[in-house]
Amino acid sequence: MDGTRGSDVTIDRIYDEFVKGIWRENPVFVMVLGMCPMMAVTNTAINALAMGAATAFVLIGSSLLVSLLRHLIPKQVRITTYIIIIATFVTVADLTLEAMVPEIHKALGAFISLIVVNCLILGRQEAFASRHPTRLALADAAGMAIGFAFALLCLGATREILGSGSLFGFLLFGEQFEPWVIMILPPGGFIMLGVILLFFNWMRQRRMSRQVAAAAKEEAR
Amino acid sequence: MNEVELTISAGRKEPGSLRLVFTLALAGMLSGLAVAGVYQITKPIIDANKARALREAVFEVVPGSAQLQRLAFRDGRLVPLGRDETTTDPVLYAGYDAEDNFLGYAIDGSGPGYQDIIHLIYGYDPQRRRVIGMQVLESRETPGLGDRIYRDEAFVAQFSSLAVEPAITVVKEESEAPNAVDAITGATISSKAVIEIINAANGRWLDRLPPAGAEPPAPEGKRGEPMPTSDDGDAAGEGS
Repeated sequence: MDGTRGSDVTIDRIYDEFVKGIWRENPVFVMVLGMCPMMAVTNTAINALAMGAATAFVLIGSSLLVSLLRHLIPKQVRITTYIIIIATFVTVADLTLEAMVPEIHKALGAFISLIVVNCLILGRQEAFASRHPTRLALADAAGMAIGFAFALLCLGATREILGSGSLFGFLLFGEQFEPWVIMILPPGGFIMLGVILLFFNWMRQRRMSRQVAAAAKEEAR
Repeated sequence: MNEVELTISAGRKEPGSLRLVFTLALAGMLSGLAVAGVYQITKPIIDANKARALREAVFEVVPGSAQLQRLAFRDGRLVPLGRDETTTDPVLYAGYDAEDNFLGYAIDGSGPGYQDIIHLIYGYDPQRRRVIGMQVLESRETPGLGDRIYRDEAFVAQFSSLAVEPAITVVKEESEAPNAVDAITGATISSKAVIEIINAANGRWLDRLPPAGAEPPAPEGKRGEPMPTSDDGDAAGEGS
């Protein structure tokens, strides 16, 4: 059932599972998962950061539990059980945010509760946590969570700078700056995400063509 | 649980439906326990936050106020409410300065905005028959456009002395009329919604208020809540 035996878990392996989510398999830029919160709450950097933190809490908590319980959950009801686990963490995050930072909770609104249906989280449970030992599952969840938060922050920061002329609420350009309002409206989210995806794909393509060129050189020798 | 685990790892036997039901029931029960526990812990904090936000808003919309008293409209008159008293009667707040002089009422109202319900509170001075302050408590207006009903200081400032008779009107260009509010460019619907909420609340409340000069006295012996302290955690706020 397990993809990996406990004895295979080396530091290198843990490190590898951790970093892959941040860059090589970034959930947003590479796998294009979790687009709903990506569009909805990235109109300011602080909202993006809060959403990233809440998602990280849910993802890491659920991955830990799912990985620990992976031998106890019959596979016929595994998805339902994962959803129950995820929903519990989401509700805990929702209530905690409302109690600790009511302003941010108000700004994020229903999107906190909607973390339940973020396909990134259920995807990691099904694809990784349910078939790997706990340490690897934790490394994977932490990497993916950081990758997701990083992507949210990229989009949130650019949209806030262009759309409000500020970053984390601090005015950057002074009073005469005319904010590009569309950037903080939903269409701006799509435009910005398109630009960022374009940039990442361009980078990947360049890297790949370089590798091909290097391989060809090797062969020519 | 050990026995169950053994069954699974030993043979590739399909688990019986009883086991599936048991797993889900257990998961549901544990989840329920966790959620209920966190709810119990966070509820008082959340209530206190809301009450504090509401109280701060009252002091904000009745400028100069240092004490407030919750009043309920019951049997045709305003009666003071105790600190933790809950009621189903309509409620408003009276604001007083530190010397117990009555300054004005704070009235809350809500109504549909551009996206969702806008909930706001405004101050009303019955002597001058004017709105003396306004603060939005909850709204989901479009960021950058509709949310200027509370982010735009120039818009909010128009509510610091606004005649309520015959009714507050929205205008699209500068106006000298004492009852006119300049709408925000690009957010006309949100601006109108704010005015409509205040007009509707005025329609409900102005006839219920006692004649000017006969306002309810300041709370005896400072029983009314003083300036909000950092954390006294009472749950005086109520939804409307």
